Amino acid sequence: MRNPLSDRIVGIKPSGIRKFFDIVSEMKDAISLGVGEPDFDTPWHIRDEGIYSLEKGRTFYTSNAGLKELKIEISHYLERRFHLSYDYNKEVMVTVGGSEAIDIALRAMINPGDEVIIPQPSYVSYEPCAILANAVPVIIDLKAENEFRLTAQELEDAITDKTKVVVLPFPNNPTGAIMERKDLEAVSEVIIRHDLFVLSDEIYAELTYKDRHVSIAEIPGMWERTVLINGFSKAYAMTGWRLGYACAPAVIIEQMLKIHQFAIMCAPTTSQYAAVEALKNGDNDVAMMREQYNQRRRYLVNAFREMGLPCFEPYGAFYIFPCIKEFGMTSDEFATRFLEEEKVAVVPGTAFGDCGEGFLRISYAYSLENLKVAIGRLADFVEKLRAEQK
Amino acid sequence: MREELLRVIEKNSRIDLKELAVILGVEEIDVVNEMAAMENEGIICGYHTLIDWEKTSIEKVSALIEVRVTPQRGQGFDNIAERIYKYPEVHAVYLISGGYDLLITLEGKSLKEVSSFVSDKLAPLDSVLSTATHFILKKYKDHGTILARKYEDNREKVSP
Repeated sequence: MRNPLSDRIVGIKPSGIRKFFDIVSEMKDAISLGVGEPDFDTPWHIRDEGIYSLEKGRTFYTSNAGLKELKIEISHYLERRFHLSYDYNKEVMVTVGGSEAIDIALRAMINPGDEVIIPQPSYVSYEPCAILANAVPVIIDLKAENEFRLTAQELEDAITDKTKVVVLPFPNNPTGAIMERKDLEAVSEVIIRHDLFVLSDEIYAELTYKDRHVSIAEIPGMWERTVLINGFSKAYAMTGWRLGYACAPAVIIEQMLKIHQFAIMCAPTTSQYAAVEALKNGDNDVAMMREQYNQRRRYLVNAFREMGLPCFEPYGAFYIFPCIKEFGMTSDEFATRFLEEEKVAVVPGTAFGDCGEGFLRISYAYSLENLKVAIGRLADFVEKLRAEQK
Repeated sequence: MREELLRVIEKNSRIDLKELAVILGVEEIDVVNEMAAMENEGIICGYHTLIDWEKTSIEKVSALIEVRVTPQRGQGFDNIAERIYKYPEVHAVYLISGGYDLLITLEGKSLKEVSSFVSDKLAPLDSVLSTATHFILKKYKDHGTILARKYEDNREKVSP
């Protein structure tokens, strides 16, 4: 029999997180700091609207790009929160989570052999999606000393005459890094000079703890070069609803819509109705969740300081990224031992790129009470390792 | 900081002061001063514990009582409210808009104790026109806390 598989897909290595997930799910009594989703339930009024839409029998396809009402709310929201102007009719589309948007944006923009610049550590799907889109991924290893922000110099050094798209994953999973306006202005200058495009994954835009998030599409000259990706998962605690969106100039959205139309048809209708309610009446929920994440964030920053684990102060998402290089083991070894000996799951930094070696991703999408228990165990473990080293 | 501080201690009044300072991102001394100030101003009125008495072996009966009263010249409802709230078994007294005037929450050891409070003490008061007593059968949620259900983490333990 012939080999039924595509060489390209076989060549893609499975997500590093998967292996860890398998070990953890075997251990019934393990506690976890390993999730990438909010601990809050979707606010009730949003769930209620989803239920109501089912009761009313709104169980049909929507138009490919999404409910008109939702696209209008998305464009109002982006204007209100980030001073971004998108025509709901031509420049906004609703997707199955931010993940779909990443995939189809790359497929819509890439010609075989084009290079896509991906700063790492970052979310696990950019590199495989780029490969599936026939692109050549070019990785930039972000540096702890820059608080894992992308600098203009790093970008400049990665550009070749084949470069077409730069992925901008901020606020960042797994590091918690953000890009402030001055940082964005610096990289924008390089992007414009080299005539590149940006895929800006801003799924954590609502979860910043300094000033409000700035989108690169706000920087003069960048709107026309940017595909902005956002969604409902993180801001409104709606991960399971699978709903995101992409905004970009009409020429790009038009092509993305083609892929979406043939591969997906439309995003889930129930979720779209619920999302309208989220955007209309959810600002206060977002603020309340942000406040609680921020309290936990401050608690962790302080806890790591007391433990003496080096760690820059993260201002975005709900992750903190401490350095464990002093113990002379790999992130994987550390996470495995920590799980076996203290029954706490964390994700090794290497799950998000090779340059995550020596770091751990700790999620604070947990109540303070749970965080305290887990961090107590981490402190014990760190002490044990230091004693072993002596 | 005041508003956020209040939101935290409203949910957890036993939180350690040092920890409170850490999560609010301020100095411990500022937390201490701010709380003292709010106690003086009568903003913080107490540090209570939310108890689900149903889970204990202690018998307790709670009731909501709607009261219609005649307001008194020059005093409005304040005098009659004061007469009522002085009874220790009365937990809360609210002046209400709508079909009646005062809403009282009351706690007693038994149905009999509550009903005799109403018939012997409350109803005979001069300005009380009528009362309607509603016994509470089950508390599902109290002070913003769901009593009937425990939080369960249904998420996958590790996700990207």
